[in-house]
Amino acid sequence: MLFRAVAPVDRRPVRVAARPPVAWAAMTSLPSETRALHGWGRTAPTVATVITPRNPEEVAAAITTAGPRGIIARGLGRSYGDPAQNAGGTVLDMTGLTSVHSIDADSGRVVVDAGVSLDTLMRRALPFGLWLPVLPGTRQVTIGGAIGADIHGKAHHVVGSFGNHVEAMTLVTADGTVRELTPDGPESELFWATVGGMGLTGVVVRAVLKLHHVETAYFKVDTEQIDNLADLMDRQTRDDEKYAESVSWFDAVTTGEHFGRGILTRANHATLADLTPKQRRDPLKFDAPQLLTVPDVFPPGLLNKLTGKIFSEAWYRKSPTRTGAIQNITQFLHPLDIIGEWNRGYGPHGFLQYQFVVPLERGDVIRTVLERVTAAGHVSALNVLKRFGEGNRAPLSFPRPGWTLCLDIPIGPGLGALCAELDAIVLDAGGRHYLAKESRTTPEAIRRGYPRLDEWRKIRATVDPEGVFASDLARRLELL
Amino acid sequence: MIDAVGNPQSILLLGGTSEIGLAAVEAFAGDRPLRVVLAARPSPRLDGAKVRLESRGCAVETLDFDALALDTHPEVVEKAFADGDVDVTIVAFGLLGDNEQAWTDVQTAVELAQVNYTAAVSVGVAVGDKLKAQGHGSLVALSSVAGERARRSNFVYGSTKAGLDAFYTGLTEALRPFGVTVSVVRPGFVHTKMTEGLKAAPLSTTPEAVAEVIVDAVRGKKELVWAPAPLRFVMSALRHVPRPIFRRLPL
Repeated sequence: MLFRAVAPVDRRPVRVAARPPVAWAAMTSLPSETRALHGWGRTAPTVATVITPRNPEEVAAAITTAGPRGIIARGLGRSYGDPAQNAGGTVLDMTGLTSVHSIDADSGRVVVDAGVSLDTLMRRALPFGLWLPVLPGTRQVTIGGAIGADIHGKAHHVVGSFGNHVEAMTLVTADGTVRELTPDGPESELFWATVGGMGLTGVVVRAVLKLHHVETAYFKVDTEQIDNLADLMDRQTRDDEKYAESVSWFDAVTTGEHFGRGILTRANHATLADLTPKQRRDPLKFDAPQLLTVPDVFPPGLLNKLTGKIFSEAWYRKSPTRTGAIQNITQFLHPLDIIGEWNRGYGPHGFLQYQFVVPLERGDVIRTVLERVTAAGHVSALNVLKRFGEGNRAPLSFPRPGWTLCLDIPIGPGLGALCAELDAIVLDAGGRHYLAKESRTTPEAIRRGYPRLDEWRKIRATVDPEGVFASDLARRLELL
Repeated sequence: MIDAVGNPQSILLLGGTSEIGLAAVEAFAGDRPLRVVLAARPSPRLDGAKVRLESRGCAVETLDFDALALDTHPEVVEKAFADGDVDVTIVAFGLLGDNEQAWTDVQTAVELAQVNYTAAVSVGVAVGDKLKAQGHGSLVALSSVAGERARRSNFVYGSTKAGLDAFYTGLTEALRPFGVTVSVVRPGFVHTKMTEGLKAAPLSTTPEAVAEVIVDAVRGKKELVWAPAPLRFVMSALRHVPRPIFRRLPL
């Protein structure tokens, strides 16, 4: 259920902080709005005071005058659960910081505000032959959010996660101090605690990213239709390193000998020579339209066993095995970005995404989890399986070498119990959950999955001893 | 926080020995252990409830709470929220009383009104204030179908529940902009200690069944529910029965 406050009364209590009066004046002039926020899964909305700062000074002013319920930054709200919500507190809508400050075509270095979306950055950088090495399933993600969740894409086995490509970032911490952090500089610990730190170390306002050079905006794609899960995983294990991008979708509805049949798509960036003469005329064309926006009118239960089966059958059939097909970014990476607000299709009760990673040697867990989901009668249509490469230094970064599986399941009776059962299977196998997708597990599950949580807490405590940064996710999972 | 599948992490039960309230806490705890605050007058029953919930993995704290001690309510609520956010608060205390005594004896009538109505309003205001500040949460008030239309056989009790019902129905609207859901639950005849020895009305139910209705209301953010659900239609019809007929009905 969505609700919107009619009267945006400014109820923020004043936190006593050593601030020059100028900042307070700046603060009071910042417009605020009290409203309900939820994540992409449209579950568990809570109400917060939303402020949209326009520059780092306004960010600092908002932080140092935050009330007792604290403050958290929010980007484009693509996290599935509640990391960008702060019930009863302040939420900074970072999409007001929108500048791309510089793009260096030779070095590939770009300086961007944290509120810039990956979509915007790509549109600006692509004409210079620059490509964002880490692209998740959507481009509607801010730079700040990408750092906070240390997002990953289909290229993880080669390029790692987003934090690996950040050369520097500007972080505003709890006392309003603006810090310049680098991966190996004097405050590198704080840098890596911020990567994957879900916004709880401070607010990233600006970042320097290193992009890759590409000749074209196209992919040369090899598609393999594989009719069972074991073969699918086996194929994905072999020669993955030959491809820059690799992912598989599989059918989690069909049971029997074709259980887990799927489509393995792997690709490399196409070179000029790969393109047709027509494509060659505009090799860096950014072909990513949004054709329609889903209205908020869908009843719950549209995705059921029948529609799930039809969808899975169609998705499987549409991609026969073929090699060397040239595809644009929408076709290969972001088919869902064609449709705006597609999450509304799941109806008013919303849905959750269950994503975990287990070590490579525990690939058997993938099958066990799928069998449990199917046996429990839940329907997941968008299932993504990928092999991760090496992780990075960040204590709360999700990726680690292993298999990651992602399921989209509409909220329904028994889902909580099923997920709790899956948690046990995943954790017993030495796996863990992705905080950007997480919306219902226990604090204990996070403690087990992230053995470096205490190390992260210590780093965080040095820059935010009073707990100014807080979110629904942090409260729910007792991260602080 | 209440998570994506509707599991709360903490519950405050005002009326910590209420059979319906405890059944609701146990129903929530069935899916996941909770932090529970039981607010009631100290008694062996309260201790028993604490032990029972602890055996299910819950962390239980008891608070001394007397519905009639109105001036202590703000402090009790303050203590209940001292250890962190409270996701679900259930206002479950109440007295049934003997109707014949209640409508003829001032003291009995006033006590009923104070416990069932005044105290419920008092904690409602104090809890509402906390929930407003926390920006999320669910508040459940146990009303009764007896409050929907006064009957000769229990109109004093009915009148107190009518008052409670109206207050919490209004509170639903007042707290909605703050992200708080208030659910008014109207059970019919429930087999509990409170109704022991009384003749059961049609569509009578059990504390466990009412608990399921409460859990469902919290998860589904339902603002007004009946237990059992068909009572909604029965009461809707009964409200419009002309008085000469209504008074002849065997209710």
